[in-house]
Amino acid sequence: MSPSFLFSQFMGGLTTAMFLFLIASGLSLVFGVMRVINFAHGSFYMLGAYLAWQAVQWLHPTGGGFWLAALCAALGVGILGVLTERVFFRALYGREELYQLLFTYALVLVLGDAAKFLWGTDQLSVSTPPALAGSVRIFGTTQPLYTMFIVAIGPAIAFTLWLLLSRTGAGRMVRAAQMDREMLDALGANVAAIYTAMFALSAFLAGLSGALVTPIQSIVPGMDVLIIVQAFIVVVIGGMGSLWGTFWGSVIYGQVLSFGILIFPGFSLFSVFALMAVILIVRPWGLFGRPL
Amino acid sequence: MTAEATATVLPRAAAAATALRRRAVFSRIPWTLIIFLLMATVPWVGSRYDTFLAAQITIDALFAVSLNLLLGTTGLISFGHVAYFGVGAYVCGILMKTYGVAFYLAFPAAGLGAALFALIAGYFCVRLIKLYFAMLTLAFSQIVWAIAYKWNDVTGGDQGLPEIPYPHLDWMSAIPGCGDLSIGARFYLLTLLLVAVSLAIVHRVVRSPFGRVLTTIRDNPERAAFLGINVRLYQLAAFVVAGGLAGLAGALYGIFSRGVFADYVFWSKSAEIVIMTILGGTGYFWGPPVGAAALVWLNQVITDYTQYWSFVLGAILLALLFGFPGGIVGGLDLLWQRLKRLRNA
Repeated sequence: MSPSFLFSQFMGGLTTAMFLFLIASGLSLVFGVMRVINFAHGSFYMLGAYLAWQAVQWLHPTGGGFWLAALCAALGVGILGVLTERVFFRALYGREELYQLLFTYALVLVLGDAAKFLWGTDQLSVSTPPALAGSVRIFGTTQPLYTMFIVAIGPAIAFTLWLLLSRTGAGRMVRAAQMDREMLDALGANVAAIYTAMFALSAFLAGLSGALVTPIQSIVPGMDVLIIVQAFIVVVIGGMGSLWGTFWGSVIYGQVLSFGILIFPGFSLFSVFALMAVILIVRPWGLFGRPL
Repeated sequence: MTAEATATVLPRAAAAATALRRRAVFSRIPWTLIIFLLMATVPWVGSRYDTFLAAQITIDALFAVSLNLLLGTTGLISFGHVAYFGVGAYVCGILMKTYGVAFYLAFPAAGLGAALFALIAGYFCVRLIKLYFAMLTLAFSQIVWAIAYKWNDVTGGDQGLPEIPYPHLDWMSAIPGCGDLSIGARFYLLTLLLVAVSLAIVHRVVRSPFGRVLTTIRDNPERAAFLGINVRLYQLAAFVVAGGLAGLAGALYGIFSRGVFADYVFWSKSAEIVIMTILGGTGYFWGPPVGAAALVWLNQVITDYTQYWSFVLGAILLALLFGFPGGIVGGLDLLWQRLKRLRNA
């Protein structure tokens, strides 16, 4: 095994990891504050991809490009997130976990079919933005510029979220809501607004990651249920509700998947699920999380 | 007592007595036996397709009842119940197809195999609470899926195990009236019988002291622990029984659908069976079978009109969550109580 081969495996794993981090960070944020596993997070991601494709179609004649389309898609999904939380989710706070889980699953079913209805079942694809269409050579391997961009944007988003959560007043409110929502409510803070904002931010991140994935993956129905399981594993490994936990969880996931293929060919899927089960058994709150 | 008072009290007492008698008669009718016998007539009175639907309902009913042993009776939210269904289907399918084992051995083996796997997975799951329990059950079911999907030599991988043979049912020809039935219809009758026996056993289990302890754990685990009940051990026992029953349902389903495929074990199937169970009503023994019948029937009706079945299923689920948390049987029960109060008022 040559170093350049190992390096390209490593980069492959890192690209997967940073993508998953973009998706999983939103899932983890919502869990941290609301204690809900949002199955519909994968659907938001899928809608982000479809909306980005749609926006590219509309913007193309005007010369507007991929980046504007991605932003529009992420904002669109964020608005959908606000509506979901305000109209439906609010009614389920305080109900059993099962009802909250099933509500998000109902969204998966409805949004999945809505996307099929609106965009059909054919594969759609978006071309790579021209500025990032080339590739560079590192350690004797060829790395497309777009994947380098993804590898860079993961830590950038992690850092931005960390600044937001730990260095701003709004972030302090969110962390307080994570710790004790009754107390925060009693102190006169607008907990409902915090919930809506977190849900919106989480949906925005899902939509953004869906839009950013379009240049390297085709858009197909069913991408929602496939991605949510992976995002879910990442969040479980790192620790539900922990930002850096989710970051390192996705790095671990990416490398296990990438090098697992070398060690047990054909069983890399098994190895990540097994890793998730082991973590849940030994440390249910994840590597970086705190016990509930 | 004055004559006037007697005149007002007596008719009311008489009416109450009639209502009581009517109710006694109503509840003395063996409804379950009647439904079972009606289901058994399907191959003669219905089309081949009706038999197909009835078999689907029968198998789903057992699967949903097994899940409700966790969901409704013990209060455990399993989001990976399809794993045990899948293990049962694969054990039975592999034994019958690859090794040529007879159904009468492969069927119990499927139940035992699924129960054994439930014992291993459950040992770890019951140590977690609520959401973490749901997540670990989901993780285990995805492990089963990954194995089924990738272990080509044994499970057939993504090609699955097609053409699992039917059991030998020539002996049914000896039963009057069964001589002309196709092998599919005969297998349906066998399925109905096996499911009915399994449901009767679950019914006994739920009403036994063991079942009462499970309900106590659901309602108040701390209090159950104070009473000296080993909560985890009872939860594990419920998990194993539920897993074994799901395995039996899986074994029947593999033969009924002429093959076992990795798709059966994907996590979204677990969600579907949860929907089926709460659609019927988790608070009632007969809720899940009613949910199974309703969902299979609805699927059949709706897919005639539109390909967007998931959309309809999602809408049904939303209506259930926001409007009828008790499910169909819960809704009927509520309606019945209201009517009774109206008549008594």
